[in-house]
Amino acid sequence: MTSNSPATLAELREGEEACLDRIDLPEPEARRLMELGFLPGTRIAAARSSPFGDPRVFRVDGSEVALRRETAARLMVRESADIRGG
Amino acid sequence: MSNVPSSSAVVAAHAPEASSASRTVALVGPPNSGKSTLFNRLTGLRQKVANYPGVTVEKRLGRTSLQGQDVLLVDLPGVYSLEPRTEDEQVTHDLLRGRMDDVPKPDAVVLIVDVTNLGRQLTLAGPILSLGLPTLVVLNMADDLKRRGGTVDVDALAEQVGTPVALVSARTGEGLSAVGEFLQGALGVPRPVELPIISNVPSCRQWSAELGKRARYRAPLPSNWTRRLDGVFLHPVAGPLIFVMVVLAVFQTIFQAAVPLMDGVETMIAVSGGWLQSALPESWFRSLLIEGIWGGVGSVVVFLPQILLLFIFIGVLEDSGYMARAALIADRTMAKVGLEGKSFIPLISAYACAIPAILSTRTIANQRDRMATILIAPFMTCSARLPVYTLVIAAFIPEEPVYARTATMIGLYLLGFVAAVLTAAVLKSSVLKSARTPFLLEMPSYRMPTLRSIGLRLLDRAKIFLRRAGTVIMATTIVLWFLASVPLQNGEPPEIAESVAGAIGRTMEPIIEPLGFNWRIGIGIITSLAAREVIVGTLGTIYGMEADEGSLELQSALQSDLTLPGAIALLIYFAFAMQCMSTVAVVRRETGGWKWAIIQFVYMTALGYVCAFAAYRILS
Ligand SMILES: Nc1nc2c(ncn2[C@@H]2O[C@H](COP(=O)(O)OP(=O)(O)O)[C@@H](O)[C@H]2O)c(=O)[nH]1
Repeated sequence: MTSNSPATLAELREGEEACLDRIDLPEPEARRLMELGFLPGTRIAAARSSPFGDPRVFRVDGSEVALRRETAARLMVRESADIRGG
Repeated sequence: MSNVPSSSAVVAAHAPEASSASRTVALVGPPNSGKSTLFNRLTGLRQKVANYPGVTVEKRLGRTSLQGQDVLLVDLPGVYSLEPRTEDEQVTHDLLRGRMDDVPKPDAVVLIVDVTNLGRQLTLAGPILSLGLPTLVVLNMADDLKRRGGTVDVDALAEQVGTPVALVSARTGEGLSAVGEFLQGALGVPRPVELPIISNVPSCRQWSAELGKRARYRAPLPSNWTRRLDGVFLHPVAGPLIFVMVVLAVFQTIFQAAVPLMDGVETMIAVSGGWLQSALPESWFRSLLIEGIWGGVGSVVVFLPQILLLFIFIGVLEDSGYMARAALIADRTMAKVGLEGKSFIPLISAYACAIPAILSTRTIANQRDRMATILIAPFMTCSARLPVYTLVIAAFIPEEPVYARTATMIGLYLLGFVAAVLTAAVLKSSVLKSARTPFLLEMPSYRMPTLRSIGLRLLDRAKIFLRRAGTVIMATTIVLWFLASVPLQNGEPPEIAESVAGAIGRTMEPIIEPLGFNWRIGIGIITSLAAREVIVGTLGTIYGMEADEGSLELQSALQSDLTLPGAIALLIYFAFAMQCMSTVAVVRRETGGWKWAIIQFVYMTALGYVCAFAAYRILS
């Protein structure tokens, strides 16, 4: 469905999935994210967002974590897959 | 705390007679893994409620006695790792390494994880095992795992981690005997196993994935409930609408449903007071007992049902998992004033009391955000304001139209919220400006709140409330009664206006007169510096002493003391002013000095004064 793959988590739409490539944030914050499951190489799916569009909930490593768009935009992803058939 | 055996499953366990020396066991685990539920199971009602006034709540202590073995359980804040970055993590870190002054180094650790997401949760096992303390790994939520079709081989896992593992359900009590056996058994250090590089998160995660594989862990199917409910609660239209409806329902209920219960308590107090009055001979002691204590403490105790109702709501919202969604919905607003959505959770708990709210800001990593949250938390309408609001509203706001009283109450809650948000905006754009830290919030699964957990919370709250009534309020009431009874005139107590208390009230009358308050209210404002609800007790005592015949209806007495504009001014004053010494003490401790505590006190009180003055002027 998507012509060009999303480059960051912030570009994923609800139901889309991607593989985390790297976290473009300073060490303490990147570490926090990693502790919550955002490890490079992990598949992450975008779920519901807040009624106002931001933050969005992401499904990662068996749990759901909400991130603001500004943070999601620092999480770089590789190849995406539209698993829910859009 | 007593030493009677706990009624929980633990006591039933038969285990070798252990030494009776007390041992300390720390309960560690990620947030929402069920630590509190397990803690409550193990300690029953014998935990220390350490919320007041100004004492630590960073860790909960509880004792459980198992066949002569005294065990001190320490419930620590939820953590994802042992890297100390927030205050909360620092507490866990220090305690586990025995660097806490008031708690001995633990003899053993119980690591509790949510077994429905074993891989992620066991990431914490590496750092914990590397401490080298005797450890029990508790896989909690066994009921949920089973229901959703997951399995795990406990023995294989125990083999892999080199330490005992128990599959339990803290909610149903299933499997808890193993925890009891561990707590009272001979504690052995874990057999050395290969551990990951504990400072490296990917390494820890890989290691725990390997553990899961070897323990033939089959993850449960995802819970559809959570997704479906999120579809409703986070719906662009329905979500905010439900949010507002929940709030309205809470207020309407605490107002309407509480009335018959409060009437019941009031009758009980009046009847017992009347009975005492007739049973005791006339003396100064009877006067102290009836007018001072029954009138003062009694008029505060009347509000117990209402406060408990509020806590039923807060409990359901917290335990069900809705609170995290509310934080998500509120994040946009919080972002606008420069705070992170996480600040919302302490602010919500400030509706109960500012003190636990201030302590729970320890989870906020950004120090400036944390400071701002501490400074605005006391603006949120805490439960101690509820008696004051209810009394004044019932006395001055007509019952018709139906929603007038509820609307006034909601207005006061909004007022506090607006003051908090505007203050935050000012602070965050000036002295506490900071780069934004990422907002990370794990969304727990929705769960049905249990009667047990809500019941325990209510019991806790009732204890705290009654203890306050029996200490702070009782003490101020007795002091007030004496000050209102001296100096004796011809061996008789004076008119209150002529007494020492009256003199104090009248001295401050010029200051508060512009707000429409007289000297009686003035005495109440002074005594309620100790705690807001004390003003209700104080007025109860003053009116009780003035009335010829026993107790006088507090509401009608108040009507003769205040005009409607004065009543509104009083409400506004209490919405803003920092009438709570316990909060001042906690702020001083948490901010590391008097500076912010004093600034906050002066700011809030000045704001209360100015706004009350403006309201009185405009309305009259
Ligand atoms: N199904 C199930 N739910 C549980 C169990 N233990 C705790 N819970 C629920 O999980 C949620 C979080 O528990 P809590 O004790 O507050 O976790 P804490 O944050 O680690 O203290 C609550 O809603 C509990 O009712 C369990 O064994 N089974």
